[in-house]
Amino acid sequence: MSISDKYHAIRFAAVEKIEKIKEKPHVLVGTATCGRAAGALTILDVFREEADKHQLDVIIDEVGCMGYCYAEPLVVIAKPGFPALCYGPVDEGTARRLVADFLVNDDPCYDFAIAALEPNDEFPTFEDFPRGVIEKKIILADCGLIDPDDIDHYLARDGYAALAKVLEMEPYAVIEEIKSAKLRGRGGAGFPTGVKWERCFQAEGSPKYVICNADEGDPGAFMDRAILESNPHQLIEGLIIAAYAIQASTGYIYVRAEYPLAVARLRNAISQAREKGLLGDNILGSDFSFDVIIFQGSGAFVCGEETALIKSIEGKPGVPDHRPPYPATCGLYGKPTVINNVKTLSYVPHILRKGADWFRSIGTENSPGTAVFALAGKVVGTGLVEVPMGTTIRELVYDVGSGIKDDKMFKAVQIGGPSGGCLPESSLDLPIDFDSLQEAGAMMGSGGLVVLDEDDCMVEIARFFLDFTQKESCGKCTFCRLGTKQMLDILTDITQGKGSLEDLNILQDLAEDIKMGSLCSLGKTAPNPVLTTLKYFRDEYEAHINEGRCPALMCKDLITYIIIPEKCSKLCDVCIGSCPTEAIYTRPDMLKAIHLDKCVKCNNCMVACPPQYKAVIKVSPPIVEEKEETVEGGKEDE
Amino acid sequence: MSKVNITIDGQQYQVPAGEKLLWAALDCGVYIPHLCANKDKERPDASCRLCFVEIEGFDAPVTSCTQEVFEGMVVKTRTARVDRLVQTAFELLLSNHKLRCGKCPQNRQCELQKISRERKLKLKLTRLRPLLTEEKAVDDSTDVFIYDPNRCVLCGQCIWVDHKVVEVGAIGFINRGFKRKMGTFGDVPLAESRCTQCGECVKVCPVGALVFKEKTE
Repeated sequence: MSISDKYHAIRFAAVEKIEKIKEKPHVLVGTATCGRAAGALTILDVFREEADKHQLDVIIDEVGCMGYCYAEPLVVIAKPGFPALCYGPVDEGTARRLVADFLVNDDPCYDFAIAALEPNDEFPTFEDFPRGVIEKKIILADCGLIDPDDIDHYLARDGYAALAKVLEMEPYAVIEEIKSAKLRGRGGAGFPTGVKWERCFQAEGSPKYVICNADEGDPGAFMDRAILESNPHQLIEGLIIAAYAIQASTGYIYVRAEYPLAVARLRNAISQAREKGLLGDNILGSDFSFDVIIFQGSGAFVCGEETALIKSIEGKPGVPDHRPPYPATCGLYGKPTVINNVKTLSYVPHILRKGADWFRSIGTENSPGTAVFALAGKVVGTGLVEVPMGTTIRELVYDVGSGIKDDKMFKAVQIGGPSGGCLPESSLDLPIDFDSLQEAGAMMGSGGLVVLDEDDCMVEIARFFLDFTQKESCGKCTFCRLGTKQMLDILTDITQGKGSLEDLNILQDLAEDIKMGSLCSLGKTAPNPVLTTLKYFRDEYEAHINEGRCPALMCKDLITYIIIPEKCSKLCDVCIGSCPTEAIYTRPDMLKAIHLDKCVKCNNCMVACPPQYKAVIKVSPPIVEEKEETVEGGKEDE
Repeated sequence: MSKVNITIDGQQYQVPAGEKLLWAALDCGVYIPHLCANKDKERPDASCRLCFVEIEGFDAPVTSCTQEVFEGMVVKTRTARVDRLVQTAFELLLSNHKLRCGKCPQNRQCELQKISRERKLKLKLTRLRPLLTEEKAVDDSTDVFIYDPNRCVLCGQCIWVDHKVVEVGAIGFINRGFKRKMGTFGDVPLAESRCTQCGECVKVCPVGALVFKEKTE
């Protein structure tokens, strides 16, 4: 039996099974980590119990993440005779209603639905919304729609077809296809994937290795996790193809131990692929043998750097080495090694199946394909989005993300995590691709995109990210170990109102030197948040230094909470109960006020104050309290 | 052995092909600051970030300990960019270094002093903040030498000797980031570790972090 005959036999069985499922009502509950955090497992139980109670013949499956974080938990119901509908957020009551009204009876409960999955006469689809118009899903297309724990779901959607095709090609032809597609590494730097494979292919040394870098560690980034949890086979297929291209026999998936669900779903996916003969000896009857080992990292951010990652697998401390030599020639155990990000490998099956021309037709000339972003922060439609390269930040924030929460003013986007930068309003029309972001001082990074509004202090944002990189520095090289610490100390002083204008010059100089002088990419990119905020938001730094004022009212040392008597009500005292330090007291006229010396600026009173009063406000610079009896304070305790 | 022609600061030299620029330059009598470099290491650490030079055709300064020489290479050891990087790296090291040279047993034999002399860099902090706010305890548990982590520049020379020359394996780098330091397994005093007190590590310490006791008296 030929490779393609073997594949078609496997696929045919899968298609038959999925067709049978489609004959019955099918409930899909998104139980990736994001869904679980929102209570998806409870919803899953409710569906199962209610279906039992009504003795319904329905299939209830767990699926991954569709990317609509703001609407979790998400449920898709496909009932024959109706368009498949997506509901969210679904609580227990909604779940019961959906069972009773839709599954038992025939009322699709449009009130709870977000969108339909396919065009119909009854209800709009995702493509009818601005987000759907701009989004172009390739590697997220099946996420949330297939059961990641059942390989047949993936097979029925042409899964592993690219592998079957590749196994009948020459290995170098595979590399040429990837080179021709101009696929660039999605881990951050955007290095051409085909060139990396070619170098490894040509390098001498045996055995060769392929490694999938799933050590996603940026604060606020969750793209890789969602893909691993939602469509692990897509990645595994990409990894096998990469291995075939460079003729490696062993692959590793380096995944964080903090992603237990991803690890579990990967394990299951790998064992199912082995059972089907898609992994292991003589894949699909060919001469090619390959297997995958899951390696769980212990959560060090620096282990996402490829040389540190290799050392970690080798059992050594995760500390980067100077490059060159690059892993493509001297990698794991000194052997030629290809290391690719989860997203990069996930594109591979699609490119091999649909061709390099198809891939190049999406996105921009030098950055073809799509970009996957974890859209977070002060944006209405938070979630996981996939847009063609070249989409502008404005489209991403306002059309895909539906704009800023609570009608606040847009201030900046933090793009690319701790290695990226903050881009201001004037950059809103910047097209997102590897090169234009780098020019603007930011970075594609792994794809975190945090939207910041008027309430976010840019100095504090820079301090937050630098605090992260400083803590995650391995400490090997001078610039990163001591330079980031120097910068962090300066930034901390500024947010506490203790900075000087001279500090700003030192900060700028240090940032430039660390960027140029550090050993690895962690250090080389760590100053980016500081450099971009200094460039675009210098006035905020100066306000902190010159006036002791935090314009965004965020830096605790530079603000004071006060209650405006004219707005406060005699009839309300919720703020008093909310205060953990008993700093709020009732004045003789029954209005409330805050003892500044007791206030710890926890923000509770501001949240507690009912919207009709909004009497609690923050002011900056802080009010210096007049000292009256405080001199004798403490005596009573003795 | 085949040779290549290179130019350093306008002077032409013939150096062995395949050698790293740092060693080639030092052999030619051209000083380039360095702390972590070790000729016997297969893969340079490149961690002290002091040996920067500029090479014609390269868009940024490179560390000379990692850069192989090649025919026709044109090197400048002193440019504005190099001097700036070296100065910052040097000041950063000083900002975390116990700076009382007069009281240091290694006074006048210290590599930091040599760099300061060669590159006319001040041996005190003018621009940066002192990061050594609380001094770490000095380990004087062995009979032969003391270890003062407050003077350590993390060059790793002692660890190399311990692992690869005397093959004892008593010390290594422990902790991460700013807390990274040379230490024993579990950070126990050296006398309680498998240290044989052979003193070989002391001989390679470029600063006053590892010092023979006889010198401290």
